[in-house]
Amino acid sequence: MSRQILSREGWIRLAVIVAFVGAFEAACRLKLIPRTVVLPPSEMATSLWRILQTGEHTTDILSTLQNVAISAALAVTAGFAIGVILHALPRLRATVEPLLASYYAVPTFMFYPVFIVVFGVSARAIIAIAVLLSIVAMIASTLTGLDRIPRVLRKTALIYRMNTPTRAVLIDFPAAAPHLFTGIKLTFAYAFIGVIASEFILSGQGIGYAIAYAYNNFDNRTMYGLMLLVILVATIANTALDTVDRRLQNRLRR
Amino acid sequence: MTAPVDGVHARLTGVTRTFGLPSGAKLRALGPIDLDIRRGEFFGVVGPSGCGKSTLLDILAGLSPPTDGSVVFEGKPVDGVPDGVGVVFQEDASLPWLSVHNNVAFGLRRAGFEAAETARRVDYAIGFMGLREFANAYPAQLSGGMRQRVCIARTLVLQPRLILLDEPFGALDQQTRLLMGEELLRLWRETGATVLLITHALDEAAMLSDRVGVMSARPGTFIDFIETQWPRERDSRIVSDPRFGAVTARLWDKLRVESLKIMGTRTQEKAP
Repeated sequence: MSRQILSREGWIRLAVIVAFVGAFEAACRLKLIPRTVVLPPSEMATSLWRILQTGEHTTDILSTLQNVAISAALAVTAGFAIGVILHALPRLRATVEPLLASYYAVPTFMFYPVFIVVFGVSARAIIAIAVLLSIVAMIASTLTGLDRIPRVLRKTALIYRMNTPTRAVLIDFPAAAPHLFTGIKLTFAYAFIGVIASEFILSGQGIGYAIAYAYNNFDNRTMYGLMLLVILVATIANTALDTVDRRLQNRLRR
Repeated sequence: MTAPVDGVHARLTGVTRTFGLPSGAKLRALGPIDLDIRRGEFFGVVGPSGCGKSTLLDILAGLSPPTDGSVVFEGKPVDGVPDGVGVVFQEDASLPWLSVHNNVAFGLRRAGFEAAETARRVDYAIGFMGLREFANAYPAQLSGGMRQRVCIARTLVLQPRLILLDEPFGALDQQTRLLMGEELLRLWRETGATVLLITHALDEAAMLSDRVGVMSARPGTFIDFIETQWPRERDSRIVSDPRFGAVTARLWDKLRVESLKIMGTRTQEKAP
């Protein structure tokens, strides 16, 4: 049995994207949108190809990817640990949960002067902001995952005479896995946003910094090439994580 | 209660269970219960909703301690889940991240059985429960009835001497329940285990059990025991036996009074 490359919805989605990019290209080429505002998508792609070929921004790209990886790893690890602790301590959770619920109403980036004072203009300040922005998604997903472990599985663990650490590894963790992975996916997305946005104001390198530098120097070609890179990296990474997420959700559906 | 002592597999004496309410008041959910479960019998338990049937099973399985009284299994006091006891719950307790084969093998691997013995027992249980062609499937790919078969197979491989079933077919349609009941009878005959089945379905209790205990409204106590006197070799066709009607009628006669008590309480609770 041959597997389909794309589902029907996937083909429709692809057609919508192609139609949008085609219309955008036409509008630019027909000068409905001035070149001083936006470049045609084909020129963005050409610019990105040139950037990747010449390697002129490889250091920036690697710096950004490294910061995203470190931020996401820290946020996932710490967020999971905090989620487990809050789940184990209901009174503390009752105190903290309203704060977590309103967390994303606070613009985290306004704290950037504090991080500059503490860490200086460095990768550490960028990572701190990205972690701050993304960690709550992991805490919330961990709490949801642990809350949704069916009571009957806890009873099953008792039947097999599991102690708490064994139950955590053999029952709780796999049962909560779909929610934990959703948390990882969101954490990565927030960490990516946090790093790129922080690089605009807190860095001397990175894709965000390079975009701001190109903008300040009227280098639209480089600016849009890098923007396209950000869009592609975010979309590809998110699609890959989403595919794993869906598979986990399907397999662990009750 | 009438069985000779050496034929008693499990005994509950003066067992009660009381829960604390948020208001600080105490609610007695169960008891006092005095019950002897005979070695090798198929014992059914019926009772109105909320009478403490599942609480009784939890106490017998060692999943929760009684407030008062004692529980003895094979002559030893129950403190935690004893060796030789298997439990099948009403809810789907299959592990969704494991294949059917690995679900069934789960308990054996936990208990440290050798790979060859694990494979032999799993193969037998999967075949016995008609799961052979689904061995590599995941629970999400199976129907509710098939998942319950997985849970029974997972219990079966550990060769329990006392099998406790808490409304295992409650979520299934009538035809599937009848057929699963037949499989349960086959399992009981072949393993020689003692079976305690909690059910809200009178026909299921009447068809499967050697003896049915009828529980009162909360706090649940046993108000009647009915010996069905069915032959050991039986299946769902027993429902056409004239005595089947007599057994279910007697069960309903007792249960109706208890159910009306609960309905009356609820009506009074709703009244302004």
